[in-house]
Amino acid sequence: MTERIQARLHLRYAGFALDVDLQLPGRGITALFGPSGSGKTTVLRLIAGLERTDDGFVSVNGEVWQDGRHFLPTHKRPLGYVFQEASLFPHLSVRGNLDYGRRRVCSAMDAEALERAVDLLGIAHLLTRRPDGLSGGERQRVAIARALALNPRLLLMDEPLAALDLKRKQEILPYLERLHDELSIPVLYVSHSPEEVARLADHLVFMQHGRALASGPCLELMNRRDLPLGQQEDGESILAARVVEHDAQDHLTRVAFTGGELWLPRHDLCLGHAVRVRIHARDVSLSLTRPGGTSILNILPATVVASSDAGPGQSLVRLDVGGTVLLARITRRSLNALALAPGQHVFAQIKSVALIE
Amino acid sequence: MGFSDADLAAIWLTLRLAGITTLLLLLIGTPLAWWLAHTRSRWRGPVAAVVALPLVLPPTVLGFYLLLAMGPQGPVGQFTQWLGLDALPFTFWGLVVASVIYSMPFVVQPIQNAIEALGRRPLEVAATLRAGPWDRFWTVVVPLARPGFVTAAILGFAHTVGEFGVVLMIGGNIPGETRVVSVQIYDHVEAMEYAEAHWLAGSMVIFSFLVLLALHATHRHTTHGAMP
Repeated sequence: MTERIQARLHLRYAGFALDVDLQLPGRGITALFGPSGSGKTTVLRLIAGLERTDDGFVSVNGEVWQDGRHFLPTHKRPLGYVFQEASLFPHLSVRGNLDYGRRRVCSAMDAEALERAVDLLGIAHLLTRRPDGLSGGERQRVAIARALALNPRLLLMDEPLAALDLKRKQEILPYLERLHDELSIPVLYVSHSPEEVARLADHLVFMQHGRALASGPCLELMNRRDLPLGQQEDGESILAARVVEHDAQDHLTRVAFTGGELWLPRHDLCLGHAVRVRIHARDVSLSLTRPGGTSILNILPATVVASSDAGPGQSLVRLDVGGTVLLARITRRSLNALALAPGQHVFAQIKSVALIE
Repeated sequence: MGFSDADLAAIWLTLRLAGITTLLLLLIGTPLAWWLAHTRSRWRGPVAAVVALPLVLPPTVLGFYLLLAMGPQGPVGQFTQWLGLDALPFTFWGLVVASVIYSMPFVVQPIQNAIEALGRRPLEVAATLRAGPWDRFWTVVVPLARPGFVTAAILGFAHTVGEFGVVLMIGGNIPGETRVVSVQIYDHVEAMEYAEAHWLAGSMVIFSFLVLLALHATHRHTTHGAMP
């Protein structure tokens, strides 16, 4: 069985044309990311069969959901779908909502598994309540549990946090992260928030004007400068790392990534916990020799890959740190003074590192 | 004094007519309302207009054309003859057919409004939760659009009870067959039997008042609609 999702989709209506050919990994979270109107939601709806296109092709881990001749209607596709607004059935209790799909699928979660999902999402105390008495965040968690209860082969999530305020988002994101850690099924996650993508996604598809401009491992794409990923006006790098040590005395946490290690302010996380850290390019300075007598904790040996203009008098230098991309924003004068050229070995001094959360 | 036997027969006939008509209207009106709510066909406008015609036409006009259509020379009459049935005018079933047409907008429009207010989202949600089309209709549309169905049934029933012109045109005034309450009242008044007319007419006023009160109650109890 091929562990991947294939979707060849074309759709055309007044003022909009969608044309994508996606090959996505069959596990982990794939983010469909892009500005509104880029066709992210339409891709999700087409994969779910909620929207119809006759010459489309959709297959999930070896199972064909539609091709030129066959079209499986939505209710026969083994998927779970979380809509932007929770869309709970108002005439059913929370439990009724959770059971609605579960009763219709023989391979659905059993009572025990459902109970675990309910606990994971923190909604056990809501089961007898009616949807209209719940907060937005609670509703969305119920909607997620309702989709998970089907034991779907593919989970589709359409900006599940977009309708929520910041506080509610913060309330749900940890649950999504836990899902990511515990779930074996692939998830397609539509989002226009770089924050969410940086925090959750393994794989990223960047969409614009109905086309997939790029598709690849999340961090690789987020660190690419040629994609308008929104947040990178200033330049920043996002690194995947793992917690390796806590220094209680100095109140620091050490994380390791491919190519090096970083110290950051202490976080209460288990050793081995996977994290992502953000380093703003303006917080990275370069030196030709290993700096001594400095207050800066994080100094990494790096190799210059390329440099580009980044506004008046500014340059953005792309570095390679043992296989990980790091961006540094320095003045053009410094670039010239240090005669930085591709292949040059330098030391990157990192003034501040933030955990993405 | 109270109701005479003839009055009671008229009341029973009226209730039977209204009951059967309402039942048929819910069966015919629901798919029609569904189609009107969801279709993008160019026939939507014309069909909606035809359904709404009884709202604006004088009942006599409607009754006149129904009489012609159902008569031995009319298309419906030819069809019933071909089926080996008696002609429909001046029969109870002729009244039923006429009432179904006459009360159609009162049933179709509330259901159509309720289905439109529901939108596609609940149905899409149900589909992603593995419910097939019929399943979705019974477990999502019916419970969520119930106020629309209740309103439709009440209005369809009440409007049929109150019809007069169409009945006179195609049903005439046959006791036990087509003489409904409104016609019976007319007869009493013609015969200067004002006391008898009062009993029936007063009952109609109370009935109508109660119907509207019930409608008001259903609307007040079901003011949700959008999905949270």
